[in-house]
Amino acid sequence: MAKSVKVVSKEKAVILFSGDSGDGIQLAGTLFADTAAHYGNDLITFPDFPAEIRAPQGTVGGVSGFQIHFGKTGIDSPGDYADVLVAMNPAAIKANADRVKPTATIIYDSDNFTARNIEKASYTGDPFAGEKLGNCNVVAAPVSSMVKEALKESGMDSRTALRTKNMFVLGMVFRLFDRKLDFTENFFDTKFADRPEIAEANKTVLRAGYNYAGTVEALSPVISIPPASLPPGRYRNINGNTATAWGFLAAAEKAGLEIFAGSYPITPATGILEEFAARRDLGVKTFQAEDEIAGICAALGAAFAGSLAVTSTSGPGLALKSEAIGLAVMAELPVVIVNVQRGGPSTGLPTKTEQADLMQALYGRNGESPVVVLAAGSPSGCFHFAYEAARIALEHMTPVILLTDGYLANGSEPWRIPEMKDLPPIRPPFAGKGEMPFMPYGRNSSTLARYWAIPGTGGFEHHVGGLEKTPAGIVSYLPENHELMVRQRADKIAAVREKVADLKVCGRDSGDLLIVGWGGSGGYIVSAVKELQSEGFSVSYANFNYINPLPGNTREVFGRFRKIAVAELNLGQFASWLRSQCSGFRYEQINKVQGLPFRAGEIREKCIEILKSV
Amino acid sequence: MTASDSYQHTADDFKNNQEVRWCPGCGNHAILNAVRKALAQLDIPREKFVFVSGIGCSSRFPYYMNTYGFHGIHGRAAAIASGICIANPGLSVWQITGDGDALAIGGNHFIHVIRRNIDMNILLFNNQIYGMTKGQYSPTSGKGLVTRTSPFGTIEEPFSVGELVMGGRGSFFARATDYNISLSTEIYVEAARHRGCSVVEVLQNCVIFNDGIHDLMTGREVRDERTIILRHGEAMIFGREKDRGLMLDGFKLKVVKIGENGISAGDILVHDAKEPDPAIHYLLAGMRYPDHPLALGVIRSVDGKTYEDELEEQITDIRRDAEIKSVDDLLNSEPVWEAGH
Repeated sequence: MAKSVKVVSKEKAVILFSGDSGDGIQLAGTLFADTAAHYGNDLITFPDFPAEIRAPQGTVGGVSGFQIHFGKTGIDSPGDYADVLVAMNPAAIKANADRVKPTATIIYDSDNFTARNIEKASYTGDPFAGEKLGNCNVVAAPVSSMVKEALKESGMDSRTALRTKNMFVLGMVFRLFDRKLDFTENFFDTKFADRPEIAEANKTVLRAGYNYAGTVEALSPVISIPPASLPPGRYRNINGNTATAWGFLAAAEKAGLEIFAGSYPITPATGILEEFAARRDLGVKTFQAEDEIAGICAALGAAFAGSLAVTSTSGPGLALKSEAIGLAVMAELPVVIVNVQRGGPSTGLPTKTEQADLMQALYGRNGESPVVVLAAGSPSGCFHFAYEAARIALEHMTPVILLTDGYLANGSEPWRIPEMKDLPPIRPPFAGKGEMPFMPYGRNSSTLARYWAIPGTGGFEHHVGGLEKTPAGIVSYLPENHELMVRQRADKIAAVREKVADLKVCGRDSGDLLIVGWGGSGGYIVSAVKELQSEGFSVSYANFNYINPLPGNTREVFGRFRKIAVAELNLGQFASWLRSQCSGFRYEQINKVQGLPFRAGEIREKCIEILKSV
Repeated sequence: MTASDSYQHTADDFKNNQEVRWCPGCGNHAILNAVRKALAQLDIPREKFVFVSGIGCSSRFPYYMNTYGFHGIHGRAAAIASGICIANPGLSVWQITGDGDALAIGGNHFIHVIRRNIDMNILLFNNQIYGMTKGQYSPTSGKGLVTRTSPFGTIEEPFSVGELVMGGRGSFFARATDYNISLSTEIYVEAARHRGCSVVEVLQNCVIFNDGIHDLMTGREVRDERTIILRHGEAMIFGREKDRGLMLDGFKLKVVKIGENGISAGDILVHDAKEPDPAIHYLLAGMRYPDHPLALGVIRSVDGKTYEDELEEQITDIRRDAEIKSVDDLLNSEPVWEAGH
């Protein structure tokens, strides 16, 4: 970059790329995020796209977005409002006008703002006039025509050439934030090693966008955002689905077991199965089943046969798996069911996030059917809780439901890479000589877990199944035996509390208000709480990852606060769970069900309301 | 119980102390005997057998075997057994199921396990009725059957098990009867030795809710004339006098009398269970009285790769040259960067 260029420094920024679902928005966003992460920024991303692969062009419903919050410090969420909006068409303005700051920079493809496209986005006149964006720094860039110009000597037809439009705007944004292009150029060289002409076209357009931005007065000064002061170590950028799969791989290696993943593709959980399928190098056995039920049933078979068994799904798929989870409870086999929650009920909002499957996870089975329920709190945190879910399933011989959500699954953040040697051991209760003669439902005295005898092991032949049995494994309908076994299964889940980490409070240990979150809503709450604390409010925050059983210190923590408010993306499911499990407190509720994460501002406002109420 | 130190088993080695709770006279008792005899003929240690089932009368079977067993949920045994086979290809896995369990609620899993050619043995006890729920029609009940849920006769066409197996490009299909223990034992041994998904339809009599449903073809008085036992490499000849056989007539099978119209024994079709093209097997599986004899024995047994073979090969191939050999390798694979120094 030439020395004469003016540079201003900022702590952090939010960029929102948006356009048609075929415009390559997700790729542009991902490449920016990876570049920022590689540079050393802290960041969190929030991809938000429609369910349709190619939704009707130019419509608001077809807008795909990728939001990146990156900076030096304080990146707890993808951010409420964008500093920079990239809009490939008028619909992208319509969809995102309320997601930008009043003084945001808006870069748009002016070639695409035709009368017809403006009408498709339901505007009657100038989109910018209609949206009160008067104080924004609006940059009209003739992206489409400049892309065609840049590639006119390549011999590409204009339709193919225009598929690189995303790289033009990415180049512009790289220039605006004073970033190098080498990461992206290497990406194309690797991805299109076999088709160098495609790699070259993308790189040409990327550079054209970068150079063009240098000529635009409105994109000066450039903005410099220094790297974050992250704890020392080796980092990578990771999304929730990949982290989930890798957490199980780590658990299998630690436990010395093969891993078996039986799943059926379903948005937004499919990425987990895809990641497993790519890992034949680590011996992963994937089974893309004929349906959700076969996915979990095959996993149960594999668990019986001695594998670490996993099935991954999303809400409607969890409903289909209910009966088989009940079988896992009864047969007392270790299996982890990952539910990447999405907007429901029924098909609902397949690509949008929600936290409304909590009751389904806790109660969605016939009979007294307790399972362990965990919830990951951040994209990279999915690794830790997948590992924990596997550890608990294997050591306690129980199904574990791991809840993540669409926001965690697709969102990414830099992650300090752990070393396998630092992860806790996993010791399944294999049946040994000490358990002879073998009692299939005989139990370890502290965990109450039964012992795991793997087919092929002589002398331990036994039967498991859905019918109630005696500790010796004999089918029994005796009233006393049934009650004994029901209570033992419940006590076994309660005994998992020994492994549950204490609830941590972020902020002061006592005060006026404790905001409670669970799973993936954490980041936004942290942003809101920090803001409230800096304004002098006595507000602290606690995020639950262990849902059943709850941490042992829950009641004690709650008792130190005057008020408790539960913030969640549903109508109050965790609040209800707390009312039943930790009664005696008044739980205020902060709820949102729009298929979107909270905004920190929404939580802040609601907290002030609760603090002021009597 | 002690570990079996010898593979030399007798049928009694597979008995346990569980009380068998099927109705007196139920065809399942004979099937249980035949399966125990078959297992004793296999060169497999007892701890390697796993019996998997769903729900229904037949599905209680695993409890009566002194082996590993998994009594699952309705219709899903094929999926559970698939997981066992894939996770541990060294086991001998048997799915015990019925016409309702396999073809109604479990129909989807049934066709897919066949398509994938997973190395298991499926014994489908077909009594054309729901027994455990006390007498409702099943997917194999003949059209018009009067049952508790079809008091005026069913209006549905039945599935034919063999045709479904051929439709799923199955590699092994046989048909047995409950009463013929020596033939059944022979068939179960062949099913076990076949590498791939073996389906055996066992015509089973429900003495309470559908007694005598197979008698039209397999009744004591008529079975010699109305059934044919197929064996690979042998001519398709049947009848008490061994005087009738099967020949092709265009695209159809026809019954001919040996010695009439110049037809000699040499003109009769010879059974080739190993023929990959399923066309003749489809015709044989579909034969019914009165036009044809009902086929018993191994109708189709075609060698090929199993799902487990393919998977193990893929894993071995990829691991040979893989750069990532451990989770630490994966975690540290590019792109990564150092920070905070």
